[in-house]
Amino acid sequence: MPTVIVDGKDIQIGADERLNCIEAARRAGAEIPHYCWHPGLSVVASCRMCLIETGSRDAATGKVSMMPKLVPACQTPAKDGTVIVTASDLVKDSRARVEEALLIDHPIDCPICDKAGECLLQDYHFEHGQSERRADIHPFTSRRRDVGPTVTLFVDRCIMCTRCVRFAREVAGTSELMVINRGATEEIDVFPGFPLENKLAGNVVDLCPVGALGDKDFLYQQRVWFLKREANVCGGCAAGCSIHTEHNQDTIYRLKPRENPHVNQWWICDEGRYGWHHVHDPSRVLEAGRRLDAHSRAATAADASGFNAVEWADVVTRLRSDLKTASPAAGRLAVAVSPMLTVEEAWMLCAIAKSIDPQAYLAVGFVPRSEADETFPGGFTIRAEKCPNRLGVEAVIALFDHPGHTWTDLLEHVQAGHADAAWITAGYPTAPPHSPWIDTATAAAFEGLKCLVVQDLFDSPLFALATWRLPAAGFAERAGTWVNIAMRAQSFKQAIRPPAGVWPEGRLYWNMLGRLGLYDPTAVRRQIAESSASLAALAGDMPATGVDLRIHQLVSADSIHTKATPSHS
Amino acid sequence: MKPTDPAVTWLEDKPLGLAERLYLPLFIQGLSTTAKHMVSAKVTVNFPETRPTVGNPLIYRGVHRLNRDDQGRVKCVACFLCATACPAHCIDIVATESPWPDREKYPESFAIDELRCIFCGMCEEACPVDAIELTSLLDLTGKSREEMIFDKEKLLSVYDMTKDAEPMKSASLGGTL
Repeated sequence: MPTVIVDGKDIQIGADERLNCIEAARRAGAEIPHYCWHPGLSVVASCRMCLIETGSRDAATGKVSMMPKLVPACQTPAKDGTVIVTASDLVKDSRARVEEALLIDHPIDCPICDKAGECLLQDYHFEHGQSERRADIHPFTSRRRDVGPTVTLFVDRCIMCTRCVRFAREVAGTSELMVINRGATEEIDVFPGFPLENKLAGNVVDLCPVGALGDKDFLYQQRVWFLKREANVCGGCAAGCSIHTEHNQDTIYRLKPRENPHVNQWWICDEGRYGWHHVHDPSRVLEAGRRLDAHSRAATAADASGFNAVEWADVVTRLRSDLKTASPAAGRLAVAVSPMLTVEEAWMLCAIAKSIDPQAYLAVGFVPRSEADETFPGGFTIRAEKCPNRLGVEAVIALFDHPGHTWTDLLEHVQAGHADAAWITAGYPTAPPHSPWIDTATAAAFEGLKCLVVQDLFDSPLFALATWRLPAAGFAERAGTWVNIAMRAQSFKQAIRPPAGVWPEGRLYWNMLGRLGLYDPTAVRRQIAESSASLAALAGDMPATGVDLRIHQLVSADSIHTKATPSHS
Repeated sequence: MKPTDPAVTWLEDKPLGLAERLYLPLFIQGLSTTAKHMVSAKVTVNFPETRPTVGNPLIYRGVHRLNRDDQGRVKCVACFLCATACPAHCIDIVATESPWPDREKYPESFAIDELRCIFCGMCEEACPVDAIELTSLLDLTGKSREEMIFDKEKLLSVYDMTKDAEPMKSASLGGTL
């Protein structure tokens, strides 16, 4: 195994690993500062911040010979016998000089810069810079340039690391950004008429180590030190990108990609990045209600849509009895399990449905789709299936019922008159002005049911027919597990609390199942894993990057087989 | 730490001397302090009929004001540093892009809950552009809680009211213009 010597410490690296000195030093716990290098982009070694002393140790004699000059760590491969010195006086002095050069004409407008608090120039200056400014120029303001519909450029804050240029070229493959001019007058710019407009454009803001590229959606909304972050999963499409939901006081301010080598690497698409606004849309359904009926008409006045508000505690009891009364015969209850629900919520919903009607018809809810998957040159794919958990819901339904029923099957089933009651879960992010996920003609299939329960985020034609109107939770308000299109299950916690009056599905189902205490998705997840071979991988603690259900299926199927053999023989 | 720890040094009270034991010298000493205050000038005033005088308005911590720049615009750049420094969380700012070409950011709304404020002066300390200052206005009264939440207009009007008596710190004093 190759050995790298970092600051006198021997570090073993894998024989087929291709690490540079920054990555090798990180294994030894030594952080080499860098601006232009990013693991997802090509190496240019232009910022000179990662300069270190290197050399090589002779395998036979053990003699170390050092290079006379400093070399960029990002460009120097770590091989067997490579010696890395990350904290010598020479290296420290070089870093201080680089910092000084970068700050000569960098505007010191940190108080109004959105990056302040998460800026590498700030951090490295505190750590490696010098305390006194020798230059007698004190720039304060920065010129501003529009580079695209979502991104703005503060020209003078730029330190010319060219990460954004390389991203547009290598990962997005659209090459909108470029470097104009030479030397000290270098600037980032776009060609006139060709703005930064690709579907991954927002990533350049995350890549920017300083405050040069700003996200117009987030600009001046909140200082970053007020934000709290929760590891979450994007619900925008079936890719299930790992994200951080950054929020303060139950308001989401931005979504950031979370590194996950198995799913999205370092990126997310703009659709997902800006796809959280529906959570705070004022037109959300915020109150549980039941259709005006004979005995409640006298009691309370209904709102404009004809629903009486119902307390959640009453929802828990009345919903079950309503469905039971409406579908007294077996097999007359149909349930659409939305692919926006988590595995835990779907499992609890199926369990409730089966406890009301042991032969209830379970189907995967409506699956929104766009035309086709979209893959970028860097390998990032935006999926056509615009829901996060179809495979998870399918796997859950398979535990209870004949698997494979789709939304279309359910529509036919109801239209053919095989159902007296239906429970439709939705929760699609179709905030106005988007049209509802279901049109009036399709919704007409549910006309004439004795009881129709609709659980959704926004108003849709279904509510006109519904007996029960139940609010749903937004993606950051849920807790549980989603299974993405590559069968990778990722668990996440609730990031923000839902608006007042809204119970997330998990809480309602938990209470309807008569379980005590607060909704505990982990307990449900472990219970599912115990009862199912296909989801057995969910039993343990879930790593931040998720688990691949396919791999674990093979393993668990094997172990079940070997365990079962002796008892049969 | 235990009482027997060698790092702990135990000190005993000094034994009483003759004067202390006699009691009379200390009695006279205490009574003379009382007598001195009976004849010295009074420091209490009949507020609000009589206004107290503020010694140095520059360091007095009274009602806040938001300063204006030389063009009469709010000087604040909405950096949130006062809100960050505030230990009472009484400052609420909504920032937005400024309508002026020479400025990037300004407060769309700026509200201080004067009832929540503890008048520590940390906001003034934190402000990088000397936009928020504490004046020497000391009688802060109102008839409702809402009235005591000072918005941007009210804070600017405090500046208009006090700018002649208490000018902004000049650049020579370390202020920014």
